[in-house]
Amino acid sequence: MSEVDIKNYCLNFGPQHPAAHGVLRMVMELDGEVIERVDPHIGLLHRGTEKLIEHKQYLQAMPYFDRLDYVAPMNQEHAFVLAIEKLLDAEVPERGQYIRVLYSEIGRILNHLLNLTTHALDVGALTPILWGFEEREILMEFYEAVCGARLHAAYFRPGGVHQDLPKGLAERIMAWTETFPQTLEDMEALLIDNRIFKQRNVDIGRITVEDALSWGFSGPMLRSVGIPWDLRKSQPYEVYDRMDFQVAVGTSGDCYDRFMLRIAEIRESLKIMRQCLNDMPEGPVMSLDNKIAPPKRSEMKRSMEALIHHFKLYTEGFKVPEGEVYAAVEAPKGEFGVYLVSDGSNRPYRCKIRAPGFAHLQAMEFMCKGHMLADAPAVLGAMDIVFGEVDR
Amino acid sequence: MQDIADHISQALENDVVSASVAHGELTIVARADHIQKVLNFLRDDQACLFRQLIDVCGVDYPERARRFDVVYHLLSIELNQRVRVKVETDEDTPVPSAVDVFPTAGWFEREAWDMYGIFFAGHPDLRRMLTDYGFKGHPLRKDFPLTGFVECRYSEEEKRVVYEPVELKQEFRDFDFMSPWESAEYILPGDEKSEDDSKGESK
Repeated sequence: MSEVDIKNYCLNFGPQHPAAHGVLRMVMELDGEVIERVDPHIGLLHRGTEKLIEHKQYLQAMPYFDRLDYVAPMNQEHAFVLAIEKLLDAEVPERGQYIRVLYSEIGRILNHLLNLTTHALDVGALTPILWGFEEREILMEFYEAVCGARLHAAYFRPGGVHQDLPKGLAERIMAWTETFPQTLEDMEALLIDNRIFKQRNVDIGRITVEDALSWGFSGPMLRSVGIPWDLRKSQPYEVYDRMDFQVAVGTSGDCYDRFMLRIAEIRESLKIMRQCLNDMPEGPVMSLDNKIAPPKRSEMKRSMEALIHHFKLYTEGFKVPEGEVYAAVEAPKGEFGVYLVSDGSNRPYRCKIRAPGFAHLQAMEFMCKGHMLADAPAVLGAMDIVFGEVDR
Repeated sequence: MQDIADHISQALENDVVSASVAHGELTIVARADHIQKVLNFLRDDQACLFRQLIDVCGVDYPERARRFDVVYHLLSIELNQRVRVKVETDEDTPVPSAVDVFPTAGWFEREAWDMYGIFFAGHPDLRRMLTDYGFKGHPLRKDFPLTGFVECRYSEEEKRVVYEPVELKQEFRDFDFMSPWESAEYILPGDEKSEDDSKGESK
């Protein structure tokens, strides 16, 4: 028999692979089972959000942000409204700020529940996703109660939030924060000491502080190497400076650390939610400045001025003074930023969306090199990639 | 923040055009061919330590002689400080790639190339990023229409995806809601009559 020429094997991972968390196509070069090269092809979910936003008024552009990272929609809206408010120099009433913080944390739990459970699913644990999604469903009902939509909320508006919490919702959320830790504990008990789970995650996708900084990591990816960097603490927006919570950090920077860190973050989020519900003052939830926020419906029945404001706001929209700002929030996945350039008209001149997943996915090759093929889903799962925001 | 601005503009006299603070944010305008030096300085200087490149993006100003801005956002975790670096370029002038300074610039620059056609010299892998395989044009340029030029569908006859020129069932409607009293740039029909009559302009 003639000599066999052994070549590296080229594998097309995705775009319809269940562990790819959406439409990721990775062209992998394998030496046996060891990954030599990874070339992620992204953009299969590209919808031209940034171009569309340039053609919409500020308020009309806002719902696009729900469709970016669709597992934690309100956190994205938050960055956009913060950018607008920075340019407008608008004030948000205190109650509005508390509600925003409350819903940002609900969004964080929504995201982490999805990520933790699907990550567990990717490495072979089927049960957590069934338990976790029941809780997600309840959280989505809280979304629905406040804005009418389970997913595409369009709830955060420049100047505040669209509506006040309906009666009784605060109590329901509070009751949920009491019962949920039990589910979380059950889920943890299944996974964290599980031998298979540990074999698949400990020391996989390990990174150092230097790597994390130079690859532009943020959020749990950055904290997993031990840097306590959280925008909620270091550059607090809204009322985060009044909240008492800890920033969870990891030590070894591997997939297991990231998993544990997200569980710890869920606990901190619950703490913040409880504080919000307890400390929330009464008052308006939306700015009273009728140049950016619509007047009340009851007012419109009596006041001609209010009617004009309403008409102007929903046809012409509000104008934003010329300038450029960058506003970032600590989204569940990391730093989600909006770079907004205004030319003084009622439409954004340029709106660049900085998605944390984009920077993380870029390091896929670096993190997978030398690992086995079966580790790729674990690395990908711990990165927390959602294609809505990567592809925009 | 002003201190950092002064420090940077002093240390990089020849490379930085201006440094200013607006909306509580520090913006540095640099010379495009010196961008690597500027980024290196910002990363390594002890008073800056902007060790994270957060974002690179393009902005298009078609009316300018050099139509593109390339905007870099950097973050210093040590100082809890952000900085924005802007350089100007046009379709033909390449900008030195920042990949050597920050590896994370790779994809961001690919995206800017894809969306605006800004060429980054020295980039190891300047392919298209987000658009379709075989896409033509740079969609985020202001002169690129929102509807694009081609649309694709699955053809039952040919058993494959086919690309066809965009055919709109209804003309693309771009409503202009700008108030004619305040900011409309065009002249409304009849306005020319009130040129010398100041009363006609009152609301």
